[in-house]
Amino acid sequence: MDPVTMARALFGTSMAFHILFATLGVGLPLMIVFAEIMYWRKKDRDYAVLARRWTKALGILLGVAIPSGTIVGVMLALLWPGFMEIVGQVIAVPFQVEIWAFFFEALFMAIYLYAADRLSSGMRILSVFFVMVGASASAVLITDAQAWMNTPTGFKLVDGQITDVDPWAAVFNPSFFTSAQHVLTTGYMTGAFFIVTSAAVMLLKHRQDEREAAYHRKGLMLGLVIGLVMSLITAMNGHATAQSLHKHNPEKLAAAEGLFQTTTHAPLVIGGIPDPETQTIKYGIEIPGMLSFLAANSFDTEVKGLNEIPREDWPPLFVHTLFNLMVLIGFGLLGLSFAVVMWRAFTRKSPRPFPRWLMHLFVWTGPLSMLGIEIGWIFSCSARQPWTIYRVQRTTDAALKSDSMGTLFLLFVTIYVVLLIMTSLVMRHYFKRHPVSADLIEHAEDANDTKGAFS
Amino acid sequence: MSDATIAITVLWIFLFIYSLLGSVDFGAGFWAMIFGRRSADGDTKAAGLANRFLSPSWKITNTFLVLFVVALVGFFPRATFSLASLLLVPVCLVLILLTLRSAFMVFSYSVHSYDRALRIISGITGLLIPGLLVAVLAVTLGGIVTEAPDGTLALNYGKLLTSPTLYAHLAFGYATELFFSALFLADYAREARDMTTYRTYRRLAVIFGPLSLIAALGVTFTMLPEASWIIARFREQWLWFLLSAAAFGIGYGCLFIKRRGGFIGSTRLAVIFVAVQYALASFAYGRAHLPYIIYPQLTLEAGFTNPAIFRSLLIGYIVSTILLIPVFILFWRLFLKDRRYLEQE
Ligand code: HDD
Ligand code: HEM
Ligand code: HEM
Repeated sequence: MDPVTMARALFGTSMAFHILFATLGVGLPLMIVFAEIMYWRKKDRDYAVLARRWTKALGILLGVAIPSGTIVGVMLALLWPGFMEIVGQVIAVPFQVEIWAFFFEALFMAIYLYAADRLSSGMRILSVFFVMVGASASAVLITDAQAWMNTPTGFKLVDGQITDVDPWAAVFNPSFFTSAQHVLTTGYMTGAFFIVTSAAVMLLKHRQDEREAAYHRKGLMLGLVIGLVMSLITAMNGHATAQSLHKHNPEKLAAAEGLFQTTTHAPLVIGGIPDPETQTIKYGIEIPGMLSFLAANSFDTEVKGLNEIPREDWPPLFVHTLFNLMVLIGFGLLGLSFAVVMWRAFTRKSPRPFPRWLMHLFVWTGPLSMLGIEIGWIFSCSARQPWTIYRVQRTTDAALKSDSMGTLFLLFVTIYVVLLIMTSLVMRHYFKRHPVSADLIEHAEDANDTKGAFS
Repeated sequence: MSDATIAITVLWIFLFIYSLLGSVDFGAGFWAMIFGRRSADGDTKAAGLANRFLSPSWKITNTFLVLFVVALVGFFPRATFSLASLLLVPVCLVLILLTLRSAFMVFSYSVHSYDRALRIISGITGLLIPGLLVAVLAVTLGGIVTEAPDGTLALNYGKLLTSPTLYAHLAFGYATELFFSALFLADYAREARDMTTYRTYRRLAVIFGPLSLIAALGVTFTMLPEASWIIARFREQWLWFLLSAAAFGIGYGCLFIKRRGGFIGSTRLAVIFVAVQYALASFAYGRAHLPYIIYPQLTLEAGFTNPAIFRSLLIGYIVSTILLIPVFILFWRLFLKDRRYLEQE
């Protein structure tokens, strides 16, 4: 394979690996904040135990999130020097400020983890709140750079030279706010659903102790409620993101929806395989006029088709499937959590445990949500092709051409596989050795000892 | 001062901080490995102390590394093509080692039964990483880089691996890392009132101090003929180097001050003076190195960004530094000063 393809493979794989851990690094702190708040409001110690155990899991995950982030951060400069040359001249600011967000998060994380026993409860909530702020800020800032790649502003390109740089116009590029919001809410949503997953796995075990089951149900409900809220915002904001594509990246929308001819009353096609020869989508379900309506709230909206641009500038057509999957996962999770939370709200008087088949569904919410994140990013990055910076720089001009790329790819993939296996082993091992039952007893005996689970 | 000089000064500050933090961090990992393997009581305590320092602080050290890379690319974006083609392989190796080290270190805190194996991995990688980083310095001095007709740069690995200057650089990197970390941990042990551990680390500092000085001399004597320009430049900076040597002398001397209560050495003063020595020496080194980033292919001005970005970056740095200082102070008080943390078992 040619060096550019290898560079894309290496970088895409590394990002896909980092995002697994990074997303939970954004989502879990929010859940911990809510658990701490619940503990503070309800004085129910179970919530303190939840916070402690989630923090332990977060600590293990950050052990991989941080070095893998270091990898992608440095790789961005190593593999895409052409891209960084322009980034450095136009949109360096979010990258810089992001590092400070990392400091902020790392410092407060250390404080929350290792000094919890020396902090008052108010300070504890505040420090984990700042962990969440730091993690979210770093996600927003990196997304800013990615949004700018889709809608580059704040400079002029004259004869290959960058002039008239306006750093703030670059920072506040047109797709910044929608993208940032989308990334945040999907991160929170994934954190929440992973809590649902882990609680459901525990509740499905046979020989349940009622005390423990009650504890797990609290985590489950907290996860479901926050998951519901976040997936609702995600769906609404996803709609705004798609409208932003219609305005700023029409060929991306066209590829996402498999639309070839520019037209008003454009149909929305769900599923199917776009076929460039017949210029149709095979086997898809068509909803007439819906795409025009979604793109700008009116059936008369003209939606640009792929034929508007030269064939060699088309994004890959498989992104249609990616887009469908992302939306499907979004509505699936939204529907599930909505139904369950409503059901619980209406049966408050006589609460009954969820049926087992529903628990089995819950187990899948976390992984599905994570799959949505992965698919969403691959969609966003691949549907921008052949551009790295939309209509400014092609991917081939951004890349470093080096023959070592193939070896490095194998090396990094090996490391990622090893780390994935190790992380799951360590998680299993740790939580087997420190069962909930022990935490619940220890907590009943010594209310002030918040240290045990951390050290 | 020109904008590019200000930018390189900011970078120098980051690099300086990272070299201190990195020395302590990687060194502590190494000492934790060495002492963790033996069973004597004093040794376990020495390993425990190194770990107690490492657990809250490695993330912050790591962030300084990222900060340096990001600042380099931000201030000198037009240097990225040359640097990337030159350093792709060594930097990727550093990344892999760093990942293994951080991950396994965190894992070893969580799962005590694999403790030993994991700690050995993080100890060894902690020794390899600074070596690779220091080797990059040797590369920037010239003679090891080949330039293709189209201007792309490549590393001549054969020449690099067979040149004595690489090994002198490595020896220098290790000696200073182990010296400074032992010194720092001795001071940390004193703060924790742990006398046996204090004695262990002080003794190591006494041994590694002169070694680091000898290694530094070794570096200057093994320079390649192509790098002789920097020796000439070093001579122009003689005053700074002299001051740096004096700071080292005073700092090392502080290790032998007799104190009340029967113990020897003021490690706090020694740490401060040796840090000053690092600052002076690396400042002099940097001045001699300028205006070249890589001799002779890449200069400061050629890689520099535009004024608008430069200004916004500088403002960004100033504002965020001011915001972070209180948090760093809180961190310092909680982990480097608070007896309740330091003296726990
Ligand atoms: C849990 C994950 C998840 C879920 C359920 C959704 N998304 Fe999403 N989506 C992402 C996770 C994601 C993401 C990973 O966060 C992306 C990748 C790049 C970005 O900015 O966010 C993204 C990008 C993204 C883009 C492309 C933005 C761009 O390339 O500039 C669009 C148009 C949508 N989303 C639209 C939707 C719609 C209409 C959804 C319906 C519910 C939806 N997303 C659910
Ligand atoms: C939207 C996608 C991303 C999200 C949500 C995200 C989030 C995170 C989070 C939560 C961390 C842990 C921070 C800490 O605890 O210090 C992290 C680490 C890191 N990320 Fe990402 N990240 C994303 C993409 C990227 C990209 C594209 C880069 C490269 C430019 C990057 C660079 C880094 C770096 C360098 C670190 C390590 C920071 C350190 O040393 O502490 N991230 N990221
Ligand atoms: C975190 C989740 C992300 C994933 C899974 C991801 C995935 C990918 C993939 C698969 C590619 C290769 C595209 C192709 O060749 O078809 C790619 C390219 C790229 N991505 Fe992303 N990406 C992520 C986030 C980001 C972010 C936040 C940035 C910006 C800072 C970014 C910058 C790039 C660049 C510069 C390229 C190479 C040039 C290009 O192919 O356009 N990525 N990414």
